[in-house]
Amino acid sequence: MPAKASGAGAMSSSATIEVPVPRRSVIPGGTLYRGNEGMWSWVLHRITGVAIYFFLLVHILDTALVRVSPEAYNIVIGAYKTPIMGLGELALVGAIGFHALNGLRIILVDFWGVGTRHQKAMFYVVLGVWLVLMIGFTPRHLINVFGG
Amino acid sequence: MTTELTLDAPRAPHARTKRGINWEKWGWIYMRVSGVLLVVLIFGHLFVNLFLGDGVSQIDFAFVAGKLSDPFWQWYDFALLVLALVHGTNGMRTIVNDYVAKASVRRILHTALVASTAVLLVLGTLVLFTFDPCPAGADPELVASFCEDIL
Repeated sequence: MPAKASGAGAMSSSATIEVPVPRRSVIPGGTLYRGNEGMWSWVLHRITGVAIYFFLLVHILDTALVRVSPEAYNIVIGAYKTPIMGLGELALVGAIGFHALNGLRIILVDFWGVGTRHQKAMFYVVLGVWLVLMIGFTPRHLINVFGG
Repeated sequence: MTTELTLDAPRAPHARTKRGINWEKWGWIYMRVSGVLLVVLIFGHLFVNLFLGDGVSQIDFAFVAGKLSDPFWQWYDFALLVLALVHGTNGMRTIVNDYVAKASVRRILHTALVASTAVLLVLGTLVLFTFDPCPAGADPELVASFCEDIL
C-alpha cells in the first residue's frame, strides 16, 4: 500500500519547538480507558475467571469421587451443603453469571459493527441482567441451604 | 560497515514473518466459540443441579448416578469438562503471559498448566465413561432406586 508519510520521519533537527501546555484532561487517569467501565469490566472478568478456574479444578476432583465409592462422594459433597459453603456457592454463581454475561459483551465488542461504540451501555446491561438473575437465584438457593 | 534501516510505510499491511498455524489466533477464536457454548451448558448445569428440585441439598451419589446413567448427561458433562477446562487453562495462560516477565518462570507455569489440564481431562473422561451407578456391594441406602433390580 503506498502511503505518503507527512511530517518528519527522522529526528534530525535540533531546533527548539514550542509545545503548548496540554489541556487538563477531562478523563480520569488521562487515558481513554483507565478508571472507567471498560477497565472495571476487564478487572472483574479476570478476577472471576481465575476464581472459576480454581473452583473447576476442585470440582473435577470432587466429582471424580463417584468412581471411588458412594460414601466418599457423599462425605465430600456434604461439605458443599454447609452454610459457609452455601454462601460460597452464591458467590461462585455470581462470578460465573458475570463472567458469562461480560464474555458475551466482549464478543459483541469484537464482532458487532457498532459494538465498541456501545461497550459502556452494554456493561450496564450486563450488570442489569446479572442482577435479575441473582435476584431469581439467591432466595431459592438460600432456602435450599438454610432450610425453609 | 553501515546497516541499512528499513521502515515499512505507515499503515502498510502487517506481514507475518512466521509460517504455519497461527496458534494465538485460534486460541482467541476458541475463547469466543467455547465461551458461547459454555454460557448455554453451564446455565443448564446450574439450573438442573442448583435451582430445580431441592438445589444443592439434593446432590448425593444417587442423584449423580441417576444423571450419569443417561448418555445425554454423560456427553453433556464431557462437553462441559473439555470446553471449560481448556477455556480456563487458556485464560490462565493469558494471565501468566501478562504478569510473569521472567521467561523461565513463565515456562514452569505453562508446563504446570498443561500438565494439570492433561491429568484432569484424562481423569474426568475416565470417570464419566467408566462410572458404575450401581457398584457391587454398595450400601443400598446410598445408591439410586433403580439399582434394586441389579444389586
